[in-house]
Amino acid sequence: MSHNNPHDLRYTPSHEWVRQEPNGEITLGVTDHAQEALGDLVYAETYPVGKRLEVGDPCAVVESVKAASDVYAPVPGTLVAGNPVLAKTPEVINRDPYGAGWLVRIRMESGSDLAGLLDAAAYERLLKEGS
Amino acid sequence: MAETTPLYDLHQKAGARFVDFAGYLMPVHYGSQIEEHLAVRQRAGLFDVSHMGLLDVEGPEAMAFLRRALANDVGRIGPGRALYSCLLNERGGVVDDLVVYALGAERYRVVLNAARKGVDQVRLAGLAAPYQVTLTPRPDLGLLALQGPEAVRALAAFFGDGLAGRLGALRPFAALETEKGFVGRTGYTGEDGFEIALPADLLRQAFSVWVGSGVRPAGLGARDTLRLEAGLNLYGQDMDETTSPLESNLSWTVAWDPADRDFVGRSALEEERRRGIRRTLVGVYLPGPGVLRAHQDLVDADGRTVGSVTSGSYAPSLGFSIGLARLAGERPAEAWAVIRDRRHPIRWHHPPFVKRGHILVPAAAGR
Repeated sequence: MSHNNPHDLRYTPSHEWVRQEPNGEITLGVTDHAQEALGDLVYAETYPVGKRLEVGDPCAVVESVKAASDVYAPVPGTLVAGNPVLAKTPEVINRDPYGAGWLVRIRMESGSDLAGLLDAAAYERLLKEGS
Repeated sequence: MAETTPLYDLHQKAGARFVDFAGYLMPVHYGSQIEEHLAVRQRAGLFDVSHMGLLDVEGPEAMAFLRRALANDVGRIGPGRALYSCLLNERGGVVDDLVVYALGAERYRVVLNAARKGVDQVRLAGLAAPYQVTLTPRPDLGLLALQGPEAVRALAAFFGDGLAGRLGALRPFAALETEKGFVGRTGYTGEDGFEIALPADLLRQAFSVWVGSGVRPAGLGARDTLRLEAGLNLYGQDMDETTSPLESNLSWTVAWDPADRDFVGRSALEEERRRGIRRTLVGVYLPGPGVLRAHQDLVDADGRTVGSVTSGSYAPSLGFSIGLARLAGERPAEAWAVIRDRRHPIRWHHPPFVKRGHILVPAAAGR
């Protein structure tokens, strides 16, 4: 199974992607591999704006027909936005996981960065080892 | 190492994603569970259910044995008919649910759940000892389920026009042995359809012919959402050895008459009936957003737990979530499902939710 994982993003072993925005925020979503493994998504819920997040705290839930999966914060910070289109059209995560299917924006705590996350090549190696 | 069915490579070619189910690598979907579900409701779909256990029961006392072993009464069906029944333990708990086909006066074929067939066969063999009967597992036969409103029209592609005509004339729960396999007008989707038992070579041929003629292969994912919309219990989730059929919406499958038929579990069920049945299995749906899942609690207006969801899913035909739930006692007028620590109002609905393409849930709900 080949996946098109953009090279300007960072990745987590739990199949989230992270994009550094110019204003110190990050955008978070689930990877193409994750959406495919989950199957048809029918529900997505993001945690409330203003929620304080430590690394590993759940910040969204995505549900396929079959199962619910938590999505975790990869950095400490504050949740500043949830994708408003997901309530009516969660299937956008299947169609466009790296674009219109983003989940939340997080304002990173000062002093933290994305250095501990995987680049695209490392994430793809992880997928290969796992399959 | 999980087992596979004779269709494994054909599933791969059709784009299947596999899941380990009861020790078998089975297709969970072939790209989109929702599209497969809707294909079965609107046109036709094809399921490989060869992981299920086929067991032939033959001999002069085959009927007497099954009338002892099963809670429903095979004495009620003649050759060419099928019957749904529970196999109970002595305490009235459900060991398995099954379909039994009468092939002839002294010949029956039983279809068992994949996860239970080993347990069932041991139990049935024990019960069979006093009877002149032979039990023969049939791992040489695979099983296909051709389901959907266009299933009848699809028959001819594999069976040819003459045989397809005879099969299309079968009534629901009727069956026919043919030179190209054993066919019952049965299924687990709430739609019209057929289940076809075939040896491996014919099984492969039938699968290829039907998929080639446009019948959509459908996986266990769609099978689960279809059966839930149809209000059909799944063994191990909605019932097990600790629940009786009377608590599981299956009273209609217990044949009390004649009163002297001493089936396994009868005295326990009679005792339960005398004391009054407390637990029930009910249908629920979520009119708002969210998804019901097994093991979520249901609470009343005072926050007391009144039961829990046994099967829950998004319902592709409906666009919202439905479920089955076991209640400990009285059904309150209002109840909520607890999903990730938040309460979501639910509504009661006596299943089925969808039957033969018709939506039976009254309220317009939606996400």
